Amino acid sequence: MSSSASIIFEERKDQIVRKGQGAFDMDCNRESLAGAVSQRACVFCGSRVVLYPIADALHLVHGPIGCAAYTWDIRGALSSGPDLHRLSFSTDLQEKDIIFGGEEKLYRALSELIDRHHPKAAFVYSTCIVGIIGDDLEAVCQRVSKEKGIPVLPVQSEGFKGNKREGYGAACKAMFRLMGTGDISDISPLSINILGDFNLAGEIWIIREYFERMGIQTVANITGDGRVADLQRAHGAALNVVQCSGATMELAKMMQEGFGTPVMRVSYFGVEDMAESLYQIARFFEPKDPGIMERTTELVKTELSELYPKLQEYRRELAGKKAAIYVGGAFKAFSLVKAFRLLGMQVVLVGSQTGTEEDYRELYEITDEGTIIVDDSNPLELSSFLKEKDVDVFVGGVKERPIAYKLGVGFCDHNHERKQPLEGFVGMLNFAREIHSSVMSPVWRFVPRKKAR
Amino acid sequence: MLLRHTTKEIKERQALAVNPAKTCQPIGAMYAALGIHNCLPHSHGSQGCCAYHRSTLTRHYKEPVMAGSSSFTEGASVFGGQANLLQAIDTIFTVYDPDVIAVHTTCLSETIGDDIPQIAKKAEADGKIPAGKYVIHANTPSYVGTHVTGFATMTKAMVDYFAEANGHKVDQINIIPGYVEPSDMEEIKRIVTELGLRSVMFPDTSNVLNRPQTGRFDMFPKGGTTVEAIRSSGNSRATIALGRLASGPAARALDSKCKVGCEILELPIGLAATDVFVDTLRRIGGVSVPESINTERGRMLDIITDMHQYFYGKKVGLVGDPDQLISLTEFLVSIDMWPVYVVTGTKGKKFEARIKEITRDVPHEVKVAAGGDMFLFHQWIKNEPVDLMMGNTYLKYISRDEDIPLVRFGFPILDRVGHSYFPTVGYRGGMRLLEKILDALLDKKDKDAPEESFELVL
Repeated sequence: MSSSASIIFEERKDQIVRKGQGAFDMDCNRESLAGAVSQRACVFCGSRVVLYPIADALHLVHGPIGCAAYTWDIRGALSSGPDLHRLSFSTDLQEKDIIFGGEEKLYRALSELIDRHHPKAAFVYSTCIVGIIGDDLEAVCQRVSKEKGIPVLPVQSEGFKGNKREGYGAACKAMFRLMGTGDISDISPLSINILGDFNLAGEIWIIREYFERMGIQTVANITGDGRVADLQRAHGAALNVVQCSGATMELAKMMQEGFGTPVMRVSYFGVEDMAESLYQIARFFEPKDPGIMERTTELVKTELSELYPKLQEYRRELAGKKAAIYVGGAFKAFSLVKAFRLLGMQVVLVGSQTGTEEDYRELYEITDEGTIIVDDSNPLELSSFLKEKDVDVFVGGVKERPIAYKLGVGFCDHNHERKQPLEGFVGMLNFAREIHSSVMSPVWRFVPRKKAR
Repeated sequence: MLLRHTTKEIKERQALAVNPAKTCQPIGAMYAALGIHNCLPHSHGSQGCCAYHRSTLTRHYKEPVMAGSSSFTEGASVFGGQANLLQAIDTIFTVYDPDVIAVHTTCLSETIGDDIPQIAKKAEADGKIPAGKYVIHANTPSYVGTHVTGFATMTKAMVDYFAEANGHKVDQINIIPGYVEPSDMEEIKRIVTELGLRSVMFPDTSNVLNRPQTGRFDMFPKGGTTVEAIRSSGNSRATIALGRLASGPAARALDSKCKVGCEILELPIGLAATDVFVDTLRRIGGVSVPESINTERGRMLDIITDMHQYFYGKKVGLVGDPDQLISLTEFLVSIDMWPVYVVTGTKGKKFEARIKEITRDVPHEVKVAAGGDMFLFHQWIKNEPVDLMMGNTYLKYISRDEDIPLVRFGFPILDRVGHSYFPTVGYRGGMRLLEKILDALLDKKDKDAPEESFELVL
């Protein structure tokens, strides 16, 4: 279609692939083209996302007010207890701090906050400006840590040092420093840490319950409903299960090297991936506890027998509808493609902000002919693809939602603004319900573009 | 208790903002630039800044928000962002083809010392700026001012770059509407038209951030003030600037650059402030106020008189931006409510003095903080609660914890719709505010009333 070809930057042509048109050859992990209306964010954003759900820690943003203001409680990462993470703390750097340095201010801010809120640990986020003026975060953190007797960890998340992915890395480094310090004597041989799940809409509680039924102890849900003490003894777990690999795989690797904790990649989205993840974990523990496989099979059977009949109702109406996916990390996209297939729907566009070549190759493998695969896209491209493919529902995040709605296309937030748990077997049902309610909504009848037909 | 961390005891803080009542300059500059027709705002800094501003504006307006970023990397931060901005200008004009690129700086590019006009000149010399297209800029380091001053600076840049006096006066009045909602801008234009006057208003985000569902995604929506219109502002008879902080600098720049005299008024929120606005229009335009406007005023007054018993002595806590708070405080005082706590994140002695002046006859202590935050505001409330709070969505934590009704007002509103469609300025806007205030107070009254005194008629 000529209209969509014309809005693609010459420089971005290699970041877009149409399955079935030539061999897979995709360029990604490039810096965004300056001037493009990219949907990407920065290093600080990545760090903030990963660490934010550690609820009993203090999160102090060292920088001008914006960085703290824009990240104030915008992610629905739920906590079952403390909620210090939902407050916004900023050193609110002013011009004179830029000139004379912000270390003293940071010291005073930290001291005051720790005295008032008694957090179990403190994370101090570096921002662009701090990287430029050269405040010694490490030194200030060490000083305060010594004085207050809690871990105070610098997060080297200067925004300009890359994209979100580098931010994940900085967060992982900070978390790793907490590990290896807690008492692990009471940890079961059948134990795991949950990495890369943010407990959006309470999802981690669903997953933890599955593990409980399998007889597995969860030591630390590191990035969702997280607790400092859990992180400190996370090295005692027998296995790390990693979902959002972009965000936490680096931590898992550090733990593997440091403590010998094996790693397993999992996904809790969709029926296939959810079940396979549980089986995979069961197989891992089977030598230690031969009964685990039976318990797991029973769990999956129970859940599926409840889920499938309900799912069929949605499938009947959704079959043949077309979906588009644009998400932060590519790993989530794999599960989404499968989940849509289960609903009988066709994925015609799939893309991510930060996927790797390997990720896109896998997407290429699992998608149908004609599917558009795109890296680091922008609103103009996305909207033209949505129109070209005559999509019924778009799955994305906050910046994608209004684009879909303006075009008169259904939408499902599969990012941090989801209001329903989408993980686990029950999550698949919620997902189906949400997709169904948006796709089948009568409101789209009023959309001029559709009326004109 | 979400805010169980708030302590009752208040200690002075110097190094710290907790739960801020402000955000940084660039987002204000981006919002202002969206009020120019066919303009792409451009953030000269890291990608995160642009993403955060777009996300925040999108959450508030439920609209796509377009802006480019210089996508700074480590290299740019060491060697300067010139190459990035040149590339960006080229990319944007080639692919998106706006009339204007409105560049605002960030803390990063300011500290590195990038000279935007010089870079723009280079882009022009390199032939990267097509004929009839413009690159304008505003310096908006995040460590100075707040989103309000960022808005003011970008609005002033519109004057600096575009306004021209050619010696031939045009029969029109300039209106600089302030950092208000698209709905408010629309209402201000309507009032001016209702008086039979012609105006140029800039910026104008109506039909940009409150546009209709059309089944189309337009990179550049219908709304926004055209460059041509802003240019002609140099020939207008006068300028009315609404809101000293947000609109004052542009109005004064227009005065000194093009000798267009200005009147800087408070935002027309509430009866008295709207009276001043309408009267100024009448006087400058040499027209009389039409019956239709008088009727609107009469209706607003009617609500006030009909329901005055419910306003009397109600203590109100306000959090927001200075221009809004000044008018809102005056409005509340005028209907016998007591604004006892007034907090803004934007510093300013004049603001504090003005609030003190407006509230001097309120028979209760009035606490004002310019450069305050919501933590302090909550501490005040813990020490002495109020009957009503008005402010942005972030007040909902306090509202829930302390069981105090909240009227959402200001920026950002992340959990309700309406603000972008229904104004709070003018007499009609005043009626809406009154309705919201009464709904909040009376819903609470109904909810809390013991069964024996739960009444049907209020």
